[in-house]
Amino acid sequence: MPTDSHSLRSALGRARGLGSAKEGTHHWWLQRVTAIALVPLTMWLVASIVALSGFGHEAFVVWFGRPLNATLIILFLGVSFHHAQLGMQVVIEDYVSHHGWRTTLNLLVKFACYGLATLSIVSILTIAFGA
Amino acid sequence: MATQNRPLSPHLQVYRLPLTALMSITHRMTGIGLTLGTLLLAWWISAAAYGQAEYEQVQAFLVSWIGLILLLGFSFALFFHLCNGIRHLFWDFGNYFELHETRRADICVLIGAAALTAATWFMVL
Repeated sequence: MPTDSHSLRSALGRARGLGSAKEGTHHWWLQRVTAIALVPLTMWLVASIVALSGFGHEAFVVWFGRPLNATLIILFLGVSFHHAQLGMQVVIEDYVSHHGWRTTLNLLVKFACYGLATLSIVSILTIAFGA
Repeated sequence: MATQNRPLSPHLQVYRLPLTALMSITHRMTGIGLTLGTLLLAWWISAAAYGQAEYEQVQAFLVSWIGLILLLGFSFALFFHLCNGIRHLFWDFGNYFELHETRRADICVLIGAAALTAATWFMVL
């Protein structure tokens, strides 16, 4: 951004468009909403994984094929990947100062998170519907 | 800009971070680690959908020594982020900002994360 005093643009003109996008709290709030939802969902998933740890493929399919368990793990996947990309965005915006890199990394992280979330959710649905 | 080379304050190279600050940066690092760890989770779940052979491939990797080290790190990162995240939620509501309170919460989070990790592995092994 040019800051030289020889610019013909007015102070107001230079400042316009550089301020708040008026949506910062939305990101902040969603990070908290997903965090709160993840507390019970995570405890449930860890308990499920512990219970499944001694058994094979069949136990996985039976457990996550049940409607309630499929619902809970799909909720976990959707919410956790959303939480992950929200958090990664903050980290990237804090530490990557180069504008092009920042935008590129943010896009890559978001595409990866939503791609992995969709793959995982479709996998659970495939199991639940017995395909 | 002329102000670009000013020193930062507190100067990170000579400033010994208090435990609360170390835990704050650890919260971020575990967050990044957990995001990377979702690759493992997605691999495990999608392998289960592909079939028994694919699932057993993932299981074989997870019980190898590198798999177990990854899972141990993954589980501690998860429980640290979970416990410290709950502390952050208390901060968001404006509670426990006094020095002795943050100190106590630091200890609670560390003990909680270690205890949950130990309990999980005790049940698995």
